[in-house]
Amino acid sequence: MILDSNIPEGPLAEKWDKHKFNVKLVNPANKRKYDIIVVGTGLAGASAAATFGELGYNVKAFCFQDSPRRAHSIAAQGGINAAKNYQNDGDSVFRLFYDTVKGGDYRAREANVYRLAQVSVDIIDQCVAQGVPFAREYGGLLANRSFGGAQVSRTFYARGQTGQQLLLGAYSALNRQIAYGKVKMYPRTEMLDLVMVDGKARGIVVRNLITGKVESHSAHAVVLATGGYGNVFFLSTNAMGSNATAAWRAHRRGALFANPCFTQIHPTCIPVSGDYQSKLTLMSESLRNDGRVWVPKTVETAQRLRKGEITVNDIKEEDRDYYLERKYPAFGNLVPRDVASRNAKLMCDEGRGVGASGLAVFLDFADAIKREGQPAIAAKYGNLFDMYAKITDENPYEKPMRIYPAVHYTMGGLWVDYNLMTTIPGLYATGECNFSDHGANRLGASALMQGLADGYFVVPYTIGDYLAKMPNERISTEHPAFKEAEQNVMAITNKLLSIQGTRTVDDFHKALGLIMWDYCGMARNAEGLRFAKAEIRKLRDEFWRDVKVTGVNEELNQTLEKAHRVADFLELGELMVDDALHREESCGGHFREEYQTPENEALRDDENFAYVAAWEFTGTGNQPMLHKEDLKFENVKLTQRSYK
Amino acid sequence: MAGSNPNAKPMDLTLKVWRQKNKDAAGQLVTYPVKGISPDMSFLEMMDVLNENLLRSGEDPIAFDHDCREGICGACSLHINGRPHGPERGTTTCQLHMRHFKDGDTITIEPWRAAAFPVHKDLVVDRSAFDRIQQAGGYVSVNTGGVPDANEIPIPKTIADKAFDAATCIQCGACVAACKNASAILFVSAKVSQLALLPQGKVERQTRVENMVAQMEIEGFGACSNTGACAAECPVGISLENINMLRREYISAKATSENF
Amino acid sequence: MNWFTKTFSSTVGRKIVMSITGLFLCSFLVVHLIGNLQLFKDDGGEAFNIYSHFMATNPIIRTMEIVLVLGFLFHIYDAIVLTRKNKAARPIGYADSRPQENSTWSSRNMGLLGTVILVFLIIHLWNFFVPARFGGLDGVVIENVEYDNLYLKVVQSFDIWWYVAIYVISMVALAYHLIHGFQSAFQSLGLDHKKYTPFIQKFGYAFSVIVCAGFAVIPLYFFFLK
Repeated sequence: MILDSNIPEGPLAEKWDKHKFNVKLVNPANKRKYDIIVVGTGLAGASAAATFGELGYNVKAFCFQDSPRRAHSIAAQGGINAAKNYQNDGDSVFRLFYDTVKGGDYRAREANVYRLAQVSVDIIDQCVAQGVPFAREYGGLLANRSFGGAQVSRTFYARGQTGQQLLLGAYSALNRQIAYGKVKMYPRTEMLDLVMVDGKARGIVVRNLITGKVESHSAHAVVLATGGYGNVFFLSTNAMGSNATAAWRAHRRGALFANPCFTQIHPTCIPVSGDYQSKLTLMSESLRNDGRVWVPKTVETAQRLRKGEITVNDIKEEDRDYYLERKYPAFGNLVPRDVASRNAKLMCDEGRGVGASGLAVFLDFADAIKREGQPAIAAKYGNLFDMYAKITDENPYEKPMRIYPAVHYTMGGLWVDYNLMTTIPGLYATGECNFSDHGANRLGASALMQGLADGYFVVPYTIGDYLAKMPNERISTEHPAFKEAEQNVMAITNKLLSIQGTRTVDDFHKALGLIMWDYCGMARNAEGLRFAKAEIRKLRDEFWRDVKVTGVNEELNQTLEKAHRVADFLELGELMVDDALHREESCGGHFREEYQTPENEALRDDENFAYVAAWEFTGTGNQPMLHKEDLKFENVKLTQRSYK
Repeated sequence: MAGSNPNAKPMDLTLKVWRQKNKDAAGQLVTYPVKGISPDMSFLEMMDVLNENLLRSGEDPIAFDHDCREGICGACSLHINGRPHGPERGTTTCQLHMRHFKDGDTITIEPWRAAAFPVHKDLVVDRSAFDRIQQAGGYVSVNTGGVPDANEIPIPKTIADKAFDAATCIQCGACVAACKNASAILFVSAKVSQLALLPQGKVERQTRVENMVAQMEIEGFGACSNTGACAAECPVGISLENINMLRREYISAKATSENF
Repeated sequence: MNWFTKTFSSTVGRKIVMSITGLFLCSFLVVHLIGNLQLFKDDGGEAFNIYSHFMATNPIIRTMEIVLVLGFLFHIYDAIVLTRKNKAARPIGYADSRPQENSTWSSRNMGLLGTVILVFLIIHLWNFFVPARFGGLDGVVIENVEYDNLYLKVVQSFDIWWYVAIYVISMVALAYHLIHGFQSAFQSLGLDHKKYTPFIQKFGYAFSVIVCAGFAVIPLYFFFLK
């Protein structure tokens, strides 16, 4: 298989405009003869479904939540980037493009990123027109802030809940189309298989999560906007229901999975507090604008602190190591996420971590409070401080916060071309579900931008090109391909229900998460990855022998839902390990201990690994097949990232 | 490890949980003991512990809605000890921690109760009525593309902040659960106010309030008695001012709109 | 249904009716109380009987009486309709419910309080209004004109301890009804502003207590002092 990214010819800045002109259009009168399925209703899905409806297509949208508004895009806090240059501080489309490619450690596709930066400005206009209440200045114009170490203020925000406000905007646009009858919404419905006819994606098989009924839906194209796979790690900042099942089942049907090992570990999360922990809570990285990160200078002090012999306020200034400021004088506490996370791990590995488990570092606002006063700090971060206090029962105004990195976002995902089409014709992937724009590390406030860019402004154009070239005949769900897929789903369900073993689904999920975190987390090495691969295989075998799923299919059965998802995580986890093992370099969120500079920074190998690794499924337990898409950098110069 | 309170002792509790097989079945409160609950656990993690125990003993675990577990998606519900989202004000169930309970406590857990929120199973209710109310008009009718530049519509900060306060609603349904009449007006008013305050939403404000209120009636929610219970129990602090704004919108729309 | 009936059959619309009729009834209370103050005049009931005669015969008052009856009827009718709808909105209640944590007792029991007031109203009308209007009162001659001696009826009635008790208890119920109802009426009309609402709430509280205390003092005054 030759991966053709279908990047249009011509200068970078003109590619998208030219492409929009060159794509085929569906006649307005014919649009209603085409059906599109959208799976997932977060930013990428809801925006796409609404826009398809506006254009005149018939849309069926699916989500496993009880309402589209609950998709996990809702939890994004910080903001959304756009190259508006409203602050007159030197931002431009090219700068946003450049920052994103560099931030992604040169493992993203130039053309896609440039388009992302181009349409970023339209997103803000669109959201404001929908009534999204972005933060404003007293003059009535939109406010911006600098985010995640960016040198310009290009981040639009809505207090600490930008994700919710943007999603409510997309959800309202979706509601409007539902009211018009252009979109039929299927909440509490989970996609469990992709249906292909003549090599093209022509529908999906879903399970109604209330009745358990397995149903088929036929369409001319299918868009997956199902988010990331961070829950492979069990503990992550993802929602409990976030899963990779739709994407993974599409992968099993032939869609290649790209760069699965690129996962982002977010540095400012609330540390784990016990075995019962079900998820991790992120606090916006805007905290690093004013908070100072430190650990005790010596292991002895850290030990005494952990044992409770001393308290944090007993540690004198000269006994504290503000390690980010020490190591990265230029960026200090504002180094990119991957660097901040890895350094926190290093400190804890040295034995200088804090908290009872030793798996935390301090984020201290004492200086900021001294400098600006408590009211000013409360105005900026009050909601985050409250959240921290609620969870930990500690007052961050008096004691430094304890933070630790947690899995947050997955840059990898289904491989897509410039049109966001996967290797299966007619199957598209948008938002976090695809791999395309963030390379090996995503910059803060760029996930919301990508989700909405894909959904509002990219896939509505590119899908028309595909549909215009195909006949509008509908395929009945009585077609053998649908029946085969339904039987496949029922076979998996029946198998899961029939094992009646001794270990719970969560038990397996937690075990998988531990393997992934220990060996395929913030730092990886060949030996650990090989060990992890064997462990995952063992665990997967045991899962299919010994998992306990109660109840029946024909009911609301949350255990069965989880079992389907964990079954897929057990396969995806192995692929992540395979990918991490094969990528013998360090880049962005992928840090191989064997490949680092003398100062412990990630050491890229552009000579051998400047490509997208796209994996083909060859059967459970079989070695997947690697396909490479070489990355060409014509507009940015590859340099070693330095934040010193 | 953690917390805050390394010396906090594990607790033993008695839970009385509403169990109901499906929409049509009769339900009842069933008593379950749980042991060794850490005060640092969240309420839902305590439920996880119970469910793992039930599963291991071959019983059907308790179904409840939850997703983000950080207080923003609005999926979690639960009427805990007589109050929606439990005893802590301004807190969703997923953000409620067990340190607010004592060893030996009995905790009663029930689903939201409203005719418009039928029970699917156990503690899971159907809140799609909220979606339908928004489909009736909770949007600004703009298509993707072709909109003016974002800064062409200056909005006074005070208005933007007010609209934002209304927009923080997480659609959890605690207002309905708390109201003695199972009224949804706090929810509907938050949506109406947000868009009525902003210039973008003013164009359709009359039709919007008329249609959304009409849909609210169809869904079978009760009337507002101005008890204020909804706002008191709202986990994100939606203000009663929104309800009054909805009424102003409604009265002026009914008096002056073109709709019959 | 046309737009008008549609508007006033929605819960929001019915609450508008409740609030307008409620506020109207409040104004009636004021008029009624001021009139009743004649009872405190130490003239053997002369002023009160002239006043009650005026109220029973003046055409404007008679017209307003019809409006008043309609006010009561709409207030009661909508209360019944809304209460039924509210009950239907929660067919299965909570096993454990702690509404005292989030709302006042009176705000949750307007129906109960209203029912007490309605029962009182029937007793009150039967005792005073019906004989005053339809005959059955003794006559009294004031300045050569014969009037119904309603004053005597008052004196006789408030000589009975349980009758006085009914009045006092009912006025307490009315006070609670008004404490929530007065400010609630403004909310139901959407009349709410940071600047004025605190005043309306305080005024409503004072209004409720003063008016109801004023009414309650009358039977006590007659029972203990006459």
